[in-house]
Amino acid sequence: MKLQRQIAGPVYAWLLLLPAAVLMVAFTHYPIVGGFIASFFSTGREGRPSKFIGLENYSSMIADPVFWQVLQNNAIYALGVIPISVSLAIFMAVCVNGRLPGRGIVRAAYFTPTILPMIAVANIWLFFYTPQIGLLDQICGLFNIPSHSWLGDTKTALGCMMVLAVWKDAGFFMIFFLAALQGIPPELEEAALIEGAGRWYFFRRVTLPLLMPTMLFVLVNATINSFKLVDHIFILTKGGPDNASSLLLYYIYEVAFGFWDTAYASTLTVVLLVILCLAAITQFRYMEKRVHYQ
Amino acid sequence: MINRGSDWMQKVEVLAAWLLAFLWAAPLLYAIWAAFHPMDFISRFILTAPLTVDNFRNAWKVAPFARYFFNTFVLVSITLVGQFILCTMAAYAFARFEFPGKEIAFLLVLVQIMIMPDVLIVQNYKTISSLGLVDTILGIGLPYMASAFGIFLLRQAFKQVPKELVEAARVEGAGWLSVLWKVYIPLAKPTYVAYGLVSVSYHWNNFLWPVIITNSTETRPLTVGLSIFGAPESGVNFSVISAGTLLAVSPLLIAFLLFQRQFVQSFMRSGIK
Repeated sequence: MKLQRQIAGPVYAWLLLLPAAVLMVAFTHYPIVGGFIASFFSTGREGRPSKFIGLENYSSMIADPVFWQVLQNNAIYALGVIPISVSLAIFMAVCVNGRLPGRGIVRAAYFTPTILPMIAVANIWLFFYTPQIGLLDQICGLFNIPSHSWLGDTKTALGCMMVLAVWKDAGFFMIFFLAALQGIPPELEEAALIEGAGRWYFFRRVTLPLLMPTMLFVLVNATINSFKLVDHIFILTKGGPDNASSLLLYYIYEVAFGFWDTAYASTLTVVLLVILCLAAITQFRYMEKRVHYQ
Repeated sequence: MINRGSDWMQKVEVLAAWLLAFLWAAPLLYAIWAAFHPMDFISRFILTAPLTVDNFRNAWKVAPFARYFFNTFVLVSITLVGQFILCTMAAYAFARFEFPGKEIAFLLVLVQIMIMPDVLIVQNYKTISSLGLVDTILGIGLPYMASAFGIFLLRQAFKQVPKELVEAARVEGAGWLSVLWKVYIPLAKPTYVAYGLVSVSYHWNNFLWPVIITNSTETRPLTVGLSIFGAPESGVNFSVISAGTLLAVSPLLIAFLLFQRQFVQSFMRSGIK
């Protein structure tokens, strides 16, 4: 009986695991490895099969000004969107956690953008940014600011994307801070206030340090998001003008499914994966630390 | 004595909170305004503006929304069923069995939490196309079915099931599968609800992969349909676009407004790994 159990256990376990393992290898591990290998080959075309070309894709990537442009855009995008949306998220969480009149409505308003598809909200925001008849220009008109092609100008197109991304993400990050805040006993604040500590002082010295573990989790997720979510570009600018608002993943999409240069797209994907891995390493190191705390 | 300065501060804070809430709700409220009024009133906010549902009628006529709804519904359902079955089995293996290679297998699962199929579009397209699944709804859902995130959440839930309950069921002669069915799954119900809500919202809203895989009305989900419909080339005016957009988001939006607490808690749970 015991022997039978010992043999049956592992076999059972692997049988249970098998269906998920097959699909996961096929659509996660294989494409990671396969894409890496494909980046050393040329794109196969009619009559010209794919062949090994060493680092040629990488050297043309380094020589490709669009690659550097989208990488820079993505860095600006991440560095702009992440701090603003995370600070707003903390502010939102603190407000909603306190005794705010109409708390339920406010919380719903903050969170709603999270459950709306990016495509749908981009449709709405497109109209805000439309020159002359768009809402933004109409508001500017009230202050005698001349009409502006917000999405058509290389200086403002990326900024328009960033505003939309902040609006979409802040409410989502809020709920994680809210969960953390709910873990802080309310007596702590009462005691501090009675002792004469100001609200701002209490926030800085007590609340914020307690939010730090959540902060790291949110920062990593925000970083991943800023490289992963490019849906709005399809509606608002298609990466233009002059790639001013294109991001890395959108460029990969264009190269792979617009120019059908899959080898070069695979090379670009390798860069994207390296960035995501760096974010992952940060997360794992943090998880290790958290184990020590518990 | 409570600081008197904080009284004034609190008022500013409340005001800021409300202003922010207004800004956050404004795009949606604006879309509702535009959808229910004729185009002339699109940026003239007067209370006496005539209400109309013509925009919805037009939107429904211009684009095959019924078909898109059906496609999204099928997509979300098969993806969720696939995820539930595959993730339950895998999570059960990780939570309650000892087997050689368990650690490394789990590490390989974790890889997908960071590198999701969303960014592996180039190679996955090749795979789906060699399987002959381009332009099928199954082709959209398949890469997401073995979800690391689902395995992770369910494994956590299964690990919390008390050993005594399992032993009791075993003593009564239940096999491993019936233990899973009668003990683990019922006790993990809140996790299934949370994961289900997150998964449905995710796949209802997903766009990049579906736009790559689909190229006909018969397979396009709502988001892809909406992007064609909202494109400037379609020549549809903004009131009608708003109406179409509202149509597409309304099921999820209404569900959210009705079950707000459940939604927020599910998303919260999904983040606290």
